[in-house]
Amino acid sequence: MAKSGADVNYEIEEQGDYLVVHLNGDVDLYSSPHAREVILKCLDRDKHLLIEMSAVVYIDSSGVASLVEGYQISKSKNLQFGLVNVSENAINVLQLAHLDKVFPIHDSIESVVQGGNAG
Amino acid sequence: MPTISAEHVAELRFHANPKYLKLMRCVVKEAIILCGGDVSLADKIVIAVNEACMNIIQHAYNDDSEGEIILEIINNQPNLVFKLTDFAETIDASNVKPRALDDIRPGGLGTHFINELMDEITFTVPDSGVGNLLIMRIKI
Repeated sequence: MAKSGADVNYEIEEQGDYLVVHLNGDVDLYSSPHAREVILKCLDRDKHLLIEMSAVVYIDSSGVASLVEGYQISKSKNLQFGLVNVSENAINVLQLAHLDKVFPIHDSIESVVQGGNAG
Repeated sequence: MPTISAEHVAELRFHANPKYLKLMRCVVKEAIILCGGDVSLADKIVIAVNEACMNIIQHAYNDDSEGEIILEIINNQPNLVFKLTDFAETIDASNVKPRALDDIRPGGLGTHFINELMDEITFTVPDSGVGNLLIMRIKI
């Protein structure tokens, strides 16, 4: 089911041991608190987490901070965390932050879910 | 050769409320393209100006959305100049430093983004003596 908070829309689906959050729109200071809340609530369910970002139009440092927090919490719980189909605008920001080498980044959800390795 | 004076392309005055950031980004992107910058460059500059506005909202105004921000965009070929004025307490510019990128933690990336993307950054106090003035220059 698609939901929205500020200018970011998101949809959550369950695929086996994974929760997949589809983020789209602008993940900025206005909307990133909602994105962060969604990510943290998913992690409360103790499932591996994939953030699908093909439709992210814009992400700022507050949006990136939400991803970093999710990544760190996942690690602390021994859960996998990965980014999938990252849009060009978003990957440019991750590269700028040197985080493209930190986050596991994948081309497709299927390759992770079937392979069982989000990173 | 005649000297071409700097042209005031746009001025936007808005409350320090994150809901206005998208509007600000649209204005900045269109202004850059209008001045001859390509979309790729415009996207990068937008990141820097957005982060600078975020710093004002979060750190200068401490998330008080009643504060005001004035953005001026000046075409001074071959440079574009972005001036951001706020009316918050004057900050100590020496405290505005990017964090080490190998310290992986949420937050603290904005200043790094601005430094990486802009050619020149100046922190000063407006002529009025109140608030802060951030001047960012980039060659297009």
